[in-house]
Amino acid sequence: MVHRFFGGVHPHGNKEATERVSIAPLAEPVPQVVLPMSQHVGAPCRPTVQVGDAVKVGQVVGEPTGLGAPIHASVSGKVIAVEPRPHTNGSPVMAVVIENDGLNTAADPIPVPAPVEKLTPEQIIDIVRQAGITGMGGAGFPTHVKLSSGLGKVDTVILNGAECEPYITADHRLMLESPEKVIQGGRILMRCLGLTKLIIGVEANKMDAVEALRAKAPADVEVRPLRVRYPQGSEKQLIQNITGRQIPPGGLPAHVGCAVFNVATAAAVYDACYAGKPVTHRVVTVSGRAVMKPTNVLVPLGIPLQTLVDAAGGFKGAPGRILSGGPMMGVAQFDLSAPVIKGTNALLCLQNREFTPTPAGVLTCIHCGRCVGACPMKLTPLFFNQRFGAGRYEELEGLRILDCIECGSCAYSCPAHIPLVQAIRAGKVEVRRLQAEAKAAAEAAKAEEEAQKEASVK
Amino acid sequence: MSEKETNVQTRPLSVASSPHLGTADSTPGIMLDVIIALIPALVSAVWFFGPRALVLTLVTVCATVGSEWLYRKLMKQPTTIGDLSAAVTGVLLAMCLPASTPYWVAAIGGVFAIVIVKQLFGGLGKNFINPALGGRVFLFASLPSFISRYAAPGRDFWTSVWSSADVVSEATPMAALHTGQLPQNLTLQQLLVGEHAGCLGEVAALMLLAGGVYLVLRKVISPRIPLFYIGTVAVLTFLFPLGGVGRLDWMLYNLFSGGLMLGAIFMATDYVTSPVTPTGRTVYAIGCGALTVFLRYFGIYPEGVSFSILVMNILVWSLDKAFLPHRFGTPWFKKKAKEASK
Repeated sequence: MVHRFFGGVHPHGNKEATERVSIAPLAEPVPQVVLPMSQHVGAPCRPTVQVGDAVKVGQVVGEPTGLGAPIHASVSGKVIAVEPRPHTNGSPVMAVVIENDGLNTAADPIPVPAPVEKLTPEQIIDIVRQAGITGMGGAGFPTHVKLSSGLGKVDTVILNGAECEPYITADHRLMLESPEKVIQGGRILMRCLGLTKLIIGVEANKMDAVEALRAKAPADVEVRPLRVRYPQGSEKQLIQNITGRQIPPGGLPAHVGCAVFNVATAAAVYDACYAGKPVTHRVVTVSGRAVMKPTNVLVPLGIPLQTLVDAAGGFKGAPGRILSGGPMMGVAQFDLSAPVIKGTNALLCLQNREFTPTPAGVLTCIHCGRCVGACPMKLTPLFFNQRFGAGRYEELEGLRILDCIECGSCAYSCPAHIPLVQAIRAGKVEVRRLQAEAKAAAEAAKAEEEAQKEASVK
Repeated sequence: MSEKETNVQTRPLSVASSPHLGTADSTPGIMLDVIIALIPALVSAVWFFGPRALVLTLVTVCATVGSEWLYRKLMKQPTTIGDLSAAVTGVLLAMCLPASTPYWVAAIGGVFAIVIVKQLFGGLGKNFINPALGGRVFLFASLPSFISRYAAPGRDFWTSVWSSADVVSEATPMAALHTGQLPQNLTLQQLLVGEHAGCLGEVAALMLLAGGVYLVLRKVISPRIPLFYIGTVAVLTFLFPLGGVGRLDWMLYNLFSGGLMLGAIFMATDYVTSPVTPTGRTVYAIGCGALTVFLRYFGIYPEGVSFSILVMNILVWSLDKAFLPHRFGTPWFKKKAKEASK
């Protein structure tokens, strides 16, 4: 049975510039790397090294304090600072700065207690945790948490090779150049969850990757081409597309018996289990018309974004907007000293004509309903904008604003170019504030009631 | 300094919330598409009723665009005529007037549509009834004698441009249908191409359908509202034919007479005054269809399309609230929810 997700849009792919460019390492070693302690969903890590410490590649420099994954040095050398540094999310974050000695001295590999085929699920989860693997597709959810919360609940495991954002080809090239890693990494995840079948979903605009994967796929791996439509690579939409199941509001994939991992995450699992290597590098697409030679590069984590620009031959003309991530969900950057982190899949340097600026003046909603038709979560974005604009925040929750995945399909399709996602983000903040206030008020009322009871007893 | 050494920090980088891409479509573009879709019907109106049809359209467009410009100017608000919505209102208003309408009457209708119906509520996107229909119904209620003489096609081709006083009026097909009879001496072919008395844009059913297909292909409208509207009228008139005529004939004459095509394709689909949710749109369109048949059968006027759409316009806000899309990831029936939680 063929399933489809709701709505969606079809922006121009713009992948031609880099889809045939092989992944290459940086030509020269970087002088230093900045490793932010927040590279994942959850609590920031605590630095475990001090200024002056010598570190090796793969050595732990940050330990998780709550939900999270450890962070490893991506070069060898000396710690020269532990202080807040710019981050791609916009505000400074505590970071470990390492001066590169250029020797790439490797730390001891992660112990793998048994041949990979014989590892128990617990052992796999432990290796994944030690390797600091988080979702490499962008969101950065710690993979070991996904695995342990999925144990016994999951009946379908999916590798996400959709890569539906325009421009980005990092996963495409990875699938094409290292299909073995993706497949075997995926099979480790599959066995960890006690399953016998792995589905790899790839958007049908990458049929060469589909063929490359199929050529290496054993019988228990199915490579499935997917309709080319944004946001195909969104977890909820991918699950709906492949299984027809819908994750309930506020739920996780495990609630519908699914686990989804990015193909780059699977490759990282392969490296961790077969070579004992933690996450220290990743593939990044550097593209856009404002760079000389768009490319895919394999870089150590923590290098400044400027180094990526240099790897692509420098700027061509004046960049109008620089994004970390794709043009639909990426974050606009203002400081190119911000580092590459585990979830950085692309750096896009766009000329002014490549992005759509928000028009000046009053933007009039004409109630055309295109945002409603485009929303894969079946929401009504125009009403979020309307209620938010009118200050009627208390109505937003009832309109299910918290279900929004911020994919941007609504704002993309708006003929009046109203910044709907911006309004929704701001609206969510207001809703959470109202929720917190309501909770505090309820607690205060309860405390007062109990105090009165006590008083009356006395 | 070479290109490569360009330091971006010294140049302004633009920063904004995602998404950074947007559709190439725009509000004026959509409005222009609506005007283009109305051109076939307008051409056939000129063919049958003479150049007066064109002049009348120009008069209403000047009235709507001019009054919007002047109102915004007087109220010290930014000019909005560039969005072309006032022009669309002008063309649509002309489409639902007979060719013999005096120019000054048409102009009053245009000014009413823009100033009273649209701008007083805040302009584009804020009005709760369709401005063109509001203008038409205003004229219909206050100056009925000027807009109830329907010229027969083909007569007074040139002379009527200057004066409409001596127009030879003829009964519209709707007038016959209202009495429970099929119009005499009018074949279905004549009805389809528009060779009969009526308002400018009502007569050429085929041309209106062509415009509708254009709008659907250009994705300006979804076919949902026209299909459910026309479908409802078709089903009801087929099930309940009046006065002993054949069911099929009765249904077809009902579908292609009067303002149904114009209303279903161009008026009921007006973005501002129709629901945004799919189910809301379906209910709205079925409501329009049912009310149209009800008013045609039991009203004192032969036609009911304008009133039906206006009534449903008023309900749009409630329909949108009542028919929010089904929430993603929640079961359709509560029973299933219990099973899932077990």
